[in-house]
Amino acid sequence: MPYLGSEDVVKELKKALCNPHIQTDRLRYRNVIQRVIRHMTQGLDMSGVFMEMVKASATVDIVQKKLVYLYMCTYAPLKPDLALLAINTLCKDCSDPNPMVRGLALRSMCSLRMPGVQEYIQQPILNGLRDKASYVRRVAVLGCAKMHNLHEDSEVDGALVNELYSLLRDQDPIVVVNCLRSLEEILKQEGGVVINKPIAHHLLNRMTKLDQWGQAEVLNFLLRYQPRSEEELFDILNLLDSFLKSSSPGVVMGATKLFLIMAKKFPHVQTDVLVRVKGPLLAACSSESRELCFAALCHVRQILHSLPSHFSSHYKKFFCSYSEPHYIKLQKVEVLCELVNDENVQQVLEELRGYCTDVSADFAQAAIFAIGGIARTYTDQCVQILTELLGLQQEHITTVVVQTFRDLVWLCPQCTEAVCQALPGCEENIQDSEGKQALIWLLGVHGERIPNAPYVLEDFVENVKSETFPAVKMELLTALLRLFLSRPAECQDMLGRLLHYCIEEEKDMAVRDRGLFYYRLLLVGIDEVKRVLCSPKSDPSLGLLEDQAERPVNSWASDFNTLVPIYGKTRWAAISKCQGTERYGPEHPNSASFAASGPLIPEENKEREQELPDSGTLTLVPNCQLTAEYFEKTWRSLKVVHQQVLPWQRAVHPDTLQMALQVVNIQTIAMSRAGAQPWKAYLSAQDDTGCLFLTELLLEPENLEMQISVKQNEARTETLNSFISVLETVIGTIGDIKS
Amino acid sequence: MISQFFILSSKGDPLIYKDFRGDSGGWDVAELFYRKLTGLPGDESPVVMHHDDRHFIHIRHSGLYLVATTSENVSPFSFLELLSRLATLLGDYCGSLSEGTISRNVALVYEILDEVLDYGYVQTTSTEMLRNFIQTEAVVSKPFSLFDLSSVGLFGAETQQSKVAPSSAASRPVLTSRSDQGQKNEVFLDVVERLSVLIASNGSLLKVDVQGEIRLKSFLPSGSEIRIGLTEEFCVGKSELRGYGPGIRVDEVSFHSSVNLDEFESHRILRLQPPQGEWDRGSGRLQVYLKLRCDLPPKSLSQELSSPEQKAELAEGALHWDLPRVQGGSQLSGLFQMDVPGLPGPPGHGPSTSAAPLGLGPASLSFELPRHTCSGLQVRFLRLAFRPCGNANPHKWVRHLSHSDAYVIRI
Repeated sequence: MPYLGSEDVVKELKKALCNPHIQTDRLRYRNVIQRVIRHMTQGLDMSGVFMEMVKASATVDIVQKKLVYLYMCTYAPLKPDLALLAINTLCKDCSDPNPMVRGLALRSMCSLRMPGVQEYIQQPILNGLRDKASYVRRVAVLGCAKMHNLHEDSEVDGALVNELYSLLRDQDPIVVVNCLRSLEEILKQEGGVVINKPIAHHLLNRMTKLDQWGQAEVLNFLLRYQPRSEEELFDILNLLDSFLKSSSPGVVMGATKLFLIMAKKFPHVQTDVLVRVKGPLLAACSSESRELCFAALCHVRQILHSLPSHFSSHYKKFFCSYSEPHYIKLQKVEVLCELVNDENVQQVLEELRGYCTDVSADFAQAAIFAIGGIARTYTDQCVQILTELLGLQQEHITTVVVQTFRDLVWLCPQCTEAVCQALPGCEENIQDSEGKQALIWLLGVHGERIPNAPYVLEDFVENVKSETFPAVKMELLTALLRLFLSRPAECQDMLGRLLHYCIEEEKDMAVRDRGLFYYRLLLVGIDEVKRVLCSPKSDPSLGLLEDQAERPVNSWASDFNTLVPIYGKTRWAAISKCQGTERYGPEHPNSASFAASGPLIPEENKEREQELPDSGTLTLVPNCQLTAEYFEKTWRSLKVVHQQVLPWQRAVHPDTLQMALQVVNIQTIAMSRAGAQPWKAYLSAQDDTGCLFLTELLLEPENLEMQISVKQNEARTETLNSFISVLETVIGTIGDIKS
Repeated sequence: MISQFFILSSKGDPLIYKDFRGDSGGWDVAELFYRKLTGLPGDESPVVMHHDDRHFIHIRHSGLYLVATTSENVSPFSFLELLSRLATLLGDYCGSLSEGTISRNVALVYEILDEVLDYGYVQTTSTEMLRNFIQTEAVVSKPFSLFDLSSVGLFGAETQQSKVAPSSAASRPVLTSRSDQGQKNEVFLDVVERLSVLIASNGSLLKVDVQGEIRLKSFLPSGSEIRIGLTEEFCVGKSELRGYGPGIRVDEVSFHSSVNLDEFESHRILRLQPPQGEWDRGSGRLQVYLKLRCDLPPKSLSQELSSPEQKAELAEGALHWDLPRVQGGSQLSGLFQMDVPGLPGPPGHGPSTSAAPLGLGPASLSFELPRHTCSGLQVRFLRLAFRPCGNANPHKWVRHLSHSDAYVIRI
C-alpha cells in the first residue's frame, strides 16, 4: 500500500464513492469502502469522506452496512454533526424484521461515542431489552452500559437497573453474563453489581449452560459472595468441583481462586485444591503457547511461596529446553531455585550447572545467581560448583561468581574458608564495577586469610587513576584500610598513596570525602579506626531477618489469576502507585524538618559525641554488646512503643548506615544485605541507666519510606524521645546524601 | 474486558485495529506497543507490559502479534486463551493465519471481531454460532484443489496419490462451502505429539515428556455425530493396564466439553457432534521411557555431506545441519571441524555446538515423524453416523504426527 499523502487518497476515494457507476455496482462499491477501512487501520485520517460513507449506509447489502458502521463508530467523535445524519438510517434499521440487522444497528448506534446521541438511543435500547431475539437482547444489555458511560456524571437510572436485574433470569446465557457486566459498569460508583443469595445460586445453577468465557467471568463475580453458613459454603464448593477439571485453563484458575477465597478459614481445603490444580498448571507450563506457559510459571512461583514442597517431585518439568525464549528460561530457573529439597538438590544443581555455560550471558548469570540462592541451604555443594566455574576464566561468569561469593560469605560465614581459597587469580577476569566491588570487599574483609590480598589490592591502587567507577574507589578505600589493620606492614605504603591520590587528585566528591574521613580517623589513632571499622558485625543468624519464609495462602489468594503474579509484586506496586498518584498526596510532614536538622557528617563525630549528651538527658553507652539470641528474645517479648515513617529515596548502603549509627553508639545487631527486599535492620542501644532501646528498620520495596519501630524495656517517654530524635537525625542525614 | 485489540505484522505494521471502548489512547497505541516490545530489557517478559494505566497482553502466532489492551487487573489465563482462540478462529475463517491472508480479508476480520467482542466483552467464540452472522466470504489466494500435485506435502509421494490429502487441505476457510454446498464433506483428524527430551552427556535420560493432542477439523454439516475409536490399551493415570500389548499410559487427559465420554471407559470410543472448525478434542500428557540409539555420532569423515540436499552452515556460535529427509533405519554422519579462537585444547566436533568454554554446548534435534506416534496411540476408526444428503461418502483423513519440541543431547 503506497503511503500517499492522505489528502490525495481522500480525494481519490471521495471521487470513487460519488461515482454513480461504482454506486450501482455492488462489488465495486464494497471494494472502495474496504479501501477506506484499510487506510483507516493504517492510521490515515479518513474523516474527510464521512458524508459519502453516511450515504453508503443506506443499503441492503449487510456486508457493506457493517463496514460503514465500523467507519462511523471510529470517526463519529470527530464529526458529531455529520454523524447525526446517520442516526436516521440506524433508527430505521433498529426496527428491521431481520434480528441481525436490528442487533447490528443497535450495537453501532450505542458505540457512536459522541455527545448528544443519548437521547436517540434510549428508546431503541429499551425496545431492544424486550426484543424476542436473544441476539438483540445481548446487544441492548451492553448498550445500557455504553449509554451510562457516555455521560460520566449521569445518575443511575433505577428503572433500568431493575430491568437488568430481572434480565438475569433470561433464557439466553450470554444475556445473563452481559447483564452482570452491564450492571457492574453502571453501578461502579456503588461498588458494582450485588450478588445476593438468590442471584448467586441462580448463577451457580446456570454455570453449565455458559461457554468457557462466561464461566470464567461468573466465577469472578461469585468471588464477592459470602456464604451464610458452613453448610452453604460446602454446597457451593461441591457445585463448583467439576470446573476444576475444565479443559480451559481460564476456568480452572477462576474456580481455584474462588475455592481459595471461599475456603479462607479452611486451610486443608485450600491445600487440597492446590493439589488438584497441580495437573492443569503443569500442563499449562509445558503448553505450546509460550505466553500461557509463562503465566502458569508465574503462578507456580506464587504457590511455591506458601507451599515450598508443592512441586518438588515434578522438578523435571521445569528444566529449560533449548528453544524456549529467554523470559521463560529465567522463570524456570527461579522456580527450580525455590522447589529444591533434599531429594532433588543433586539433579537440580547438575542441571543449573549446565545452564551456567549457556551461550547467552544473561541466562548464564541468572543460573549462577540461582546456584547462589540454593547455596544458602546447601552450601558445600554449591560452593564447589561455583569454584569450578571460576576455572573457566570467562569474564561474565567470574564476575557473577564473585558477587555470589560476597553474598554467601555474608549469609553463611561457614563457607568463608572455601571462598578464600577460591579467590586468588580471579582478579584478572573481572572488568565491571559490580564484580570489582565484590572482589575488593572480600579482599578487605577476609584479607588476612588470603595470602596475596595486598598484592591484588596494590594492582587496583596502581590503576586507580584510570578507574572509571567511583563506587569501586570507595570500596577500595574501605577495603585497604581494613586490610591495613590486619596486615599493616604490607599495606602502609600503598594506603598512603591511595589516600594521597583521593584527597589531592580525585574529582568525585564522595570519594574525596571518604578519603578525608579515613585520613582524619587515622590521625585520631589506630584504636579509634578499629573501633569504627571493626565494630561488631551484623549477625546474619538472627532469625527475625529471614522471617518471610512461608507466607500463608490467604496473603496472595486475592492476587491469584490476576496480573499481579505476572508482573511480580514489586513491579505491580510500582504500577498501581503511578496509576493512583492522586491518592497518595504529599504526606511527608517529616521531610521538611530534615532540612533544618544539622548534617551529621561523620568526620565531626568527636564534637558530636560530646554534644549529644549535653543536648538531652540521654547518654548512650558506647559498647553495649548484645548477642543475637538475647536480642531476639527481648525483641519478641516487648511491645512497640514508637513507630514512625521516614522518607528514604535511595538504595541502602549497609556499611554507611552501620558506620553512622556506630558513631552515635547505636549498635547494629543484624541487617539484610544490600539490595535485599524487603530490607531490614535491627539495632540496639543502651543508655547509662541501663534502659535498652531496640529498633527495627524496615524498607519495603514498593514505597520509598523507611519504617522505624522502637521498643524499650523501661517505659520512659523522655529518653525515648531523645533516642528517636538521634535516630531520626542519623537516618535523615544518610537518606539525604546523594551518592 | 478489552479496551483495544490490534494485530501487528512481525515488522510492527498495524494490520487490524479496533477500539472497543474509546477510553484510552488512539491509533498510536499500536506503535507504542511495538516500541515497548523492541526496547524491552532482556530480563523482563514481553507477555504483559504496561504503559500509564494500560496493560498490553499479547501472543505471537504465525509471525503476527495479536495484542489486547486493558486497564483492569484481568485474569491472564482467560485473556491469553481468548487471544489464542481468536487466532484459531481467524485461521478458520481466513483459511490460515498470516500477514497475507489477514490483509486480504480485512473486512472479514473486522466482521468477526465485531461479533466476537462487544464493548470489549466476549460474546461467543464458537465457529458454529458465528457462522450465522458472518456474511463476508474469505478471499483465498489460490483455489484449493485436491489434485494440485505441487502442494502434496505431509505423507510424501510414496503413498497412492488419490489417497493423499495435500497439506494445504486443512488450511482452507470453513465458509467456502457456502458456494459449492455439499461438495466437500471432509474430516481431518490429526494426532499430534510433541516430544521434549533431554539426554545427559553420559547417555542417561534426564527428562522425557510427551504431550499429545487430537485435533479435529471438520467441514461436515454440523450436527452429525462422529465416533473416534482410540487404541484399546489406552489407560489413564494409575488405572489397571488393559489388553496384553504394551499399554499406553497417560498421566492425565482432558477433553473438550462437547465430547461424549459414555463409551470411553469401556471401549475407548469418543462420540461427539462437532461444530465446524478446529477444536482440540482432548490433550494428554504422558511419560514414556524410551531406549534410544543415537544414529548421529560423528564418524571419521572429514566435512563432507553425502547428498547435495543437505545443508550445513555456521551461525551465531552454533552449527546448523539441515537434512531434508532421513530414511528409516539409515544412518547419517557428518564430521565438522571448527576452530574456536582463544580456546585451548582440540577443536570440537558435533552437530549444533556452541562455542561455550566448558567443552561443547548441547546438540539439539528438531524433526518431524509422520505416521508415527511415540506413545503408540492410534486412531482405530473414525465413523460418521450420518448420511450425507445425496452426495458420496465423506472423505476422512486421519494423520499421525510426532514432532520434537525440544530434543536435546548434552555432549
